[in-house]
Amino acid sequence: MKKFNRWFGKNLIRIYAVMGFTYLFIPIVYTFVFSFNDYVRSNLVWRGFTFDNWTDPCAPLDICPALGNSIKIGLIATAGATLLGTLIAFALARYAFKGRGIVNTLIFLPMATPELVLGASLLTMFLDLGFNPGFWTIVIAHVMFCISFVVVTVKARIASLDPRLEQAAMDLYANEAETFRRVTLPLVAPGIAGGALLAFSLSFDDFIITNFNSGTTITFPLYVYTHAERGLPAQANVIGVSMFLLALFVVLAGQFVGRKRKVSA
Amino acid sequence: MVAIARKSGGANPLDSLRQKVAMPYLLLLPGMLWLIIFFLSPILTLVSTSTKVPGMGIGEFVQEYRWANYWDAITAMQTQFIRTFFYAIIATLLALAISYPLAYAIAFKSGRWKNVLLVLVVAPFFCSFILRTIAWRQILAQDGIVFKTLEFLHLISPDTRLTSSAFAVVTGLAYNFLPFMTLPLYASLERIDPRTMEASGDLYANGITTFRKVTLPLSMPGVVAGTLLTFIPAAGDFVNAQILGNPSTTMIGNVINAQYLQTTNYPLAATLSFILMIAILIIVLVYIRKSGTDELV
Repeated sequence: MKKFNRWFGKNLIRIYAVMGFTYLFIPIVYTFVFSFNDYVRSNLVWRGFTFDNWTDPCAPLDICPALGNSIKIGLIATAGATLLGTLIAFALARYAFKGRGIVNTLIFLPMATPELVLGASLLTMFLDLGFNPGFWTIVIAHVMFCISFVVVTVKARIASLDPRLEQAAMDLYANEAETFRRVTLPLVAPGIAGGALLAFSLSFDDFIITNFNSGTTITFPLYVYTHAERGLPAQANVIGVSMFLLALFVVLAGQFVGRKRKVSA
Repeated sequence: MVAIARKSGGANPLDSLRQKVAMPYLLLLPGMLWLIIFFLSPILTLVSTSTKVPGMGIGEFVQEYRWANYWDAITAMQTQFIRTFFYAIIATLLALAISYPLAYAIAFKSGRWKNVLLVLVVAPFFCSFILRTIAWRQILAQDGIVFKTLEFLHLISPDTRLTSSAFAVVTGLAYNFLPFMTLPLYASLERIDPRTMEASGDLYANGITTFRKVTLPLSMPGVVAGTLLTFIPAAGDFVNAQILGNPSTTMIGNVINAQYLQTTNYPLAATLSFILMIAILIIVLVYIRKSGTDELV
C-alpha cells in the first residue's frame, strides 16, 4: 500500500493528464462508434453495425456539397488571412513606426469580440448595403476573423529568431532581398505554416459567424446544426471523424518529416 | 547599416531611407484596410442600428438616435446577462482546472511524446464543434452510458436529468474551448527554465511551495491568455445552451441570435450585441490591467 501511495504521488500528474485526454476524446469516440450505426432517419439509438455509411458518405442529400463548400471557403480564407496577417506581423516585429498602438488595438479587438457580435455586425452592414449574403460573404468574414490569429502566431515566431543569423548573411554580402528570401523567410516559415493551419481549422469549424453571413450557402457545420433537430445521418459522423483523422495524419506526418530533416541536416 | 543602404538603395541614400519609412505602412495597408472595412465599419453600423426604432412598415426601422434603447435592453435582459457571465466564468475556471495539470504534464512529463500530445489537444477541433456537442448530449442523455452507469451505482435517481441543464451547458462550454486554454498555458510553462524549479528545491522548498512561488507566477502570462481566450467565446456562445440547455439556461447569445434571425428585431439585437461587446471588453481590460500584462497581442 505504501509502495502504491508513493507511485501514485509520483505519477499523479500523469494520471490526471490521462483523465484530461479521456475527457477530450469521449465525444470523438462516441462519434466514431456511431458512424458505424445502421441508422434509420436519425442516428440516436444503436441499431446494429454496418460499413454502409463509410462506403457511401455522400448518400444524404447536400452533405458532400456542404463539405466541399467548407473546404473551398477554408482554403481561400486561409490563403487570404495568412498573406495579410504575415505582412502585418513583419511590420509589427521589424519596424518602428507611428500609429503602432492603433494597429495593435485593431488586431486585438476582433479577438476580444465574441464571434456572435462579429457575425451579426457584418450581416447588419451587408444588409444595409443591400448585399446578398452567400459564399463570398462567408469568405470575407473568415479572412477578417482569422487575420489576428495569424498575426499573433507569425509575430511570435519572428520575435524568437536570432538576429545574428541575418547579420551573418549580410556579413557574407547577401543583400537585403537575398537575406530575406534565403534566411529570414525559411526561418519564419514554420510560424507561417502554424498560422495557416490555425486559420484553416478556425474557418473549417466556424459555425456562428458563418450562420449569420451564409445566405443560402451551406457549409458542413451549418449542415450538422440544421439537421441536428430533424435527425442527423451517420454520414455526418463519418465526415467528422475522417477530418479528425486526416488532420491528425497531416500534422504528425509534418512533424515526422521536420524531425527527419533536422537529423539529416 | 550604411553598407546595406549603399548596396540596395542606388544613388541617393535618402531614397532608400524614404522607402524604409514607407515600408511598414505598405505591409500594414492591405490587412488593416480589410479590418477597417469588414470589422470596424460593421461595428459602427451596429451602433447606428442600435438606436433605431420601429417604423411604419413591418420590418422597417428609422434612425431616431434613441439611446434609451440601451437602458431598455439591459433591464429587459438583465437575468440573461448575469447568467451568461456567471456561466462563462464558471466554465473558464473549470477549463483552467482541467487544463493546467494537462499542460504541465505535456510540458514537463511527456518526454519525446510532447509534440504528439500537443497535436492531440488541438485535433478534436477538426471533428466539428457541433458534432461533438451533439455527442455530449447523447452521452449524457437518459438512455446514455453515463446516466445508466450512475443509475446502476445508485449515484443518481432515475428522474434527475444530466442534459437540458445548467450543468450540461457549463461543462459543454468548458469542453468546447479547452484547447484555447491548454495551448497558451503550455506555451508559457514550456518557456520556464527547469533549473529555476530545481533551485527552489535546493533551497528546501517542497513541491507545493515550489509550485506556488516559482512555477505558478512564471506561468501567469499563459493563465491570463488562456482564461481570456476561453472566457470571450464562452460569453458569446449560444450553441451549447441551444443543444445542451433548456429554456431556463438561455444565454444572451441565444437571445441575440433569435432577435436577429427569427424575430428580426435588428435594433434590439444590435443593442444587445454592442452591450455584450463592451461588457466583455471592460472585463478583459480590467483583468489585463490587474494581472500586469501590458502586451495585448
